[in-house]
Amino acid sequence: MKRIVDIALPVLVAVLVIGAWQWAVAHWQVPTYVLPAPSAIVAAFLTNFSSLTAALTATFLITIEGFLGAVAAALMLAILFSQSRLIERSLYPYAVILQVTPVVAIAPLILIWIGFEHINLALALLAGLIAFFPVLTSIMLGLKSVDPNLMDLARLYGASRWQRLWKVQLPSALPYLLSGMKTGGVIALIGEVTAEFAAGSGTATGLAWRITESSNRLEIATTFAALVLLATLGVAIFAALSLLEWWLLRRWHESAVRA
Amino acid sequence: MIDVRSVAKRFPNGTEALRDLSFAVKDKEFVSLLGPSGCGKSTALRLVAGLLIPGDGDIAWPHGKPEIGFVFQEPTLMPWADALTNARLPLDLKHMPRAQADARATETLARVGLKGFEQAYPRELSGGMKMRVSIARALAARPQLLLLDEPFAALDEITRNALGDDLRKLWREDGLTVLFVTHSVSESSYLSQRVLVMTQRPGRVAADIALPAGRDSRLSPATVEAQRTISDALNNVMAA
Repeated sequence: MKRIVDIALPVLVAVLVIGAWQWAVAHWQVPTYVLPAPSAIVAAFLTNFSSLTAALTATFLITIEGFLGAVAAALMLAILFSQSRLIERSLYPYAVILQVTPVVAIAPLILIWIGFEHINLALALLAGLIAFFPVLTSIMLGLKSVDPNLMDLARLYGASRWQRLWKVQLPSALPYLLSGMKTGGVIALIGEVTAEFAAGSGTATGLAWRITESSNRLEIATTFAALVLLATLGVAIFAALSLLEWWLLRRWHESAVRA
Repeated sequence: MIDVRSVAKRFPNGTEALRDLSFAVKDKEFVSLLGPSGCGKSTALRLVAGLLIPGDGDIAWPHGKPEIGFVFQEPTLMPWADALTNARLPLDLKHMPRAQADARATETLARVGLKGFEQAYPRELSGGMKMRVSIARALAARPQLLLLDEPFAALDEITRNALGDDLRKLWREDGLTVLFVTHSVSESSYLSQRVLVMTQRPGRVAADIALPAGRDSRLSPATVEAQRTISDALNNVMAA
């Protein structure tokens, strides 16, 4: 019953809002270029179906590329940090500097260095840059939060550094990594879209480019359709990573067991 | 088996945990280290295990360093792994072939009364069962020396007594040497052959009490007498 209410209530809210929106636009005869009616957005979506889904696919693939690259890089760097305090002290401040510098500010440089002929790679790199830090800090916290007695026990039984990492530290850090990935996945999408805006029209082919292009032409219904797709993609990425988290932790971690 | 000679230990924060700690443990002996809270019992056990290095003095192994099993106050299990994988950990770390390690861990779990719980995760087990897995893990590598750091302190009395009986049985059956850290007079009087009463911090051995035979139950006259002797020694330490 609770589950039905959990689903039914947001759906009811959506129906009410969309209904009120449709009515208000018709009632006050709001011009389409200011606020299109939901029915007009659906129509724009159907008309531009192939170009919008192509843009969605491009945005999705670039985001995933950047995100997976960020996870791999963060994992490697966190493991390196966990093995040497000296390396952590030397490099961690630069990871922080990279994070606090807004991606829009770095975007022009990256675009120039990598070149507009490799625009997708540049966008993936920017998406990855922004996703990198939350994943890194989460794994670092996870690797440091391991039960010290368990580490002592592994040492007592003659575990090598890699055995300790593989058998004790990494499994122990898994919940932290997955939590960081949920944040990183959504942020990667934001980074990708921001980078696409920075790249400007004419080069990128993703949803942000469709938003820029359609709004320039005052095709606001298409802009809304692209926005809805973007939001849906963000929710889908978050849901997929939440599902992965639940699946990997379902037998042993309180967060997944209670879910 | 163990010869602890004039060991001292001071931690980086300045705490002097042990000063001039000396004692010996013979092969197949069950010895309890007993003392007030914070007297350095656990530090002494960690030094014997090699998890800490003495600041002064040394720990000698006249017949060579034996295989050691260690049980912490908390079960210290890997929550992401089932009971079998937890009990198998020392064997995995020694690269024992999987089939052999599984067979050994299954057998050890059965010995501590956990037959049928091999696939259970720690969160599905009670506190006592988790401690049994922890003991199984310590026994899986077939140690000659078992070190236990107040393993039953967090358990209820019924579970504590049951686990104590099991430990006594395992010690006798396997011919283990046991060094058992506790702050329970009744536990030490029933389980061990010898009790080393430690002073307050910095800890050293204040009394070395050999307990008489005939302590077959917790309420037998010999056990009660042993309790009185240990309590007296402990009171002297507290009064000092």
